[in-house]
Amino acid sequence: MTGTAADAATTTPTTPGDPARPDPVAMLRQMLLIRRFEEKCVELYSATRIRGFLHLCIGEEATAVGVLGALGPQDAVVSTYREHGHALARGLPAAEVMAELYGRATGCSRGRGGSMHLFDASRRFYGGNAIVAGGLPLAVGLALADAMRDRPVVTAAIFGDGAFAEGELHESANLAALWHLPVLFCCENNLYAMGTSLKREHANTDLAARAASYGMVARTVDGMDVEEVRAAVDEAVASIRRGEGPVFLELQTYRYRAHSMYDPDRYRDKAEIEHYRQRDPIALLTTRLLDGGRLTTADVDRLETDVAAEVEAAVAAAEAGPTEPVADLTRFLRTHPADAGQGGPVRASGPDEGGAP
Amino acid sequence: MTTTLHDPTRPATRATTYREALREAHRDAMQRDDRVFLMGEDVGRYGGSYAVSLGLLEEFGEERVRDTPLSESGFTGAGIGAALGGLRPIVEIMTVNFSLLALDQILNNAATLRHMSGGQVSVPLVIRMTTGGGRQLAAQHSRSLEAYYAHIPGITVLAPATLEDARGMLWPALQDPDPVVIFEHGTLYNLAGELPEEPEPVDIAHAAVRRAGTDVTLIGYGGTVWRALAAADDLAGRGIEAEVLDLRVLRPLDDEAVLGSVARTHRAVVVDEGWRSVGIAAEVSARIAEGALYELDAPVERVCGVEVPVPYPKHLEDAALPQVADVVAAARRAVGDYA
Repeated sequence: MTGTAADAATTTPTTPGDPARPDPVAMLRQMLLIRRFEEKCVELYSATRIRGFLHLCIGEEATAVGVLGALGPQDAVVSTYREHGHALARGLPAAEVMAELYGRATGCSRGRGGSMHLFDASRRFYGGNAIVAGGLPLAVGLALADAMRDRPVVTAAIFGDGAFAEGELHESANLAALWHLPVLFCCENNLYAMGTSLKREHANTDLAARAASYGMVARTVDGMDVEEVRAAVDEAVASIRRGEGPVFLELQTYRYRAHSMYDPDRYRDKAEIEHYRQRDPIALLTTRLLDGGRLTTADVDRLETDVAAEVEAAVAAAEAGPTEPVADLTRFLRTHPADAGQGGPVRASGPDEGGAP
Repeated sequence: MTTTLHDPTRPATRATTYREALREAHRDAMQRDDRVFLMGEDVGRYGGSYAVSLGLLEEFGEERVRDTPLSESGFTGAGIGAALGGLRPIVEIMTVNFSLLALDQILNNAATLRHMSGGQVSVPLVIRMTTGGGRQLAAQHSRSLEAYYAHIPGITVLAPATLEDARGMLWPALQDPDPVVIFEHGTLYNLAGELPEEPEPVDIAHAAVRRAGTDVTLIGYGGTVWRALAAADDLAGRGIEAEVLDLRVLRPLDDEAVLGSVARTHRAVVVDEGWRSVGIAAEVSARIAEGALYELDAPVERVCGVEVPVPYPKHLEDAALPQVADVVAAARRAVGDYA
């Protein structure tokens, strides 16, 4: 690897972006990683290497990369069951995420959570929550703890448009605004709550206006343009850190794939999917970087090769990872002193050493 | 309860109530650990819907005695998040009926996050709530739903029945690295008596024999302990010596104490305001059947809430909930006293 614009990204492949200085090449690489990772998941699902529910974010990579890149390591994240992209953009090693989908002890949640419950406490990534809006009160509480301790920390709550119909969203928005808490509400509006479209579920589909009614700053952002997402989140995070209270961002995005691998996708037109594919976040940024001279096609090819190698390595590591012994079924139900420092993925090199096994 | 004044051999005591004992526990915890704070509906300005926290706002300020909007799921979940963030929250929920609005957070998050994350996080949260009937508050403020919570792996469920436990259980609950739910029976807040000036530590792992006996074990918790004790007085007048076992901890149940008592008395009556089917009494009975069947001289008796919503008028409410006379009758059946 010599002298290309992609070098900076490829040498530190899965750490979060520098919050102070967005690097579009690094963002492109992260989006590519998320997409290729999930495309591989489809293959592995068909090959029955991965089971259970699998919710893909293909098409939504710009929201994950734009939001997570703007956060620092001290910040906290609460996510949903469609969170592979958020986890990877937060810097969870692809190998640990893949091992989790395999249910291996080397997975980021020791294989116990699976696709919907990716955790990494060391990166303050408090989960994939599979109850729609169920993570939002947690985000409020994490932010409350930071506010009560005067820590200049932001908690990002990521959720979908479906959460807007749940009481927990409204309770959380009110609490965060009432108590002026450092919460960044990131609504990935992909227009469908599973198979029910926004307009069939809400009398008022202007989500930002509804959020603003709670007394917080609320904006609508093009969620297919990662640089726009990043700029909006940077601004929001700065205002939250200045103590100006919670911010709500509606990130307008779209998932190309069905809700889950079980979903026959009967509820939307192929033309609609095609419409959004024309605004693909990866193609959009690639074209911009090529046109602006930041990248050559050879650089893009190299990024693809590099990402493909990372995904293959993740699969190989997951395949080779051990499973937890059945004798540990009830371990970690409660906290025992003997387990101190033992939680999280099983790593040959000890609990504090990051990276793939 | 009798008092002995000016006896230098006894520890100094003072008159108090269950409510005041709870308040003292909160004050003590907030003084000892600045991570501890209380939040819930009307815990601050109002002084607590049952006046448990009266005066604490003035003493500790709005940050640590935090009034919440009416949003049980939101503020209970916020308590879980604050626990993840390093604090030691006490969340007060006005009644167990209302807590159903927070059941998602308690089950799907508080009790689940540690195991589901592969042991990466703990949720050191205490949730307190009022339970039980007997105050003519009708169906939506009178239920005993302890069994709903005792069903959930990953949490500890406590039921303080005495002044000692009202004062003593909160601190060890806050020391627990995992979620603890404390049920306060609504008829107990005015319970009056004496407590030592210097609190003695209590455990949150064991049942306690409140009255020793040889003929039958009356097993209760929270509000039903006092009905069992009253029944034991009545039974003593009939020549039946009843042991009264206060479960104290509904999850995990103290099997050893239950089976040990049954091994002594060979008869058991379980008293539970909860509905009879699939409840605490059902669980205790099953454990006796599993662990002490051959000790039994009579079938286990259950005295439970009648399976209807609790009605408002006193005569119907009384009929819907276990009464002292019901416990006496069950104990007499168990010992074969048909006189």
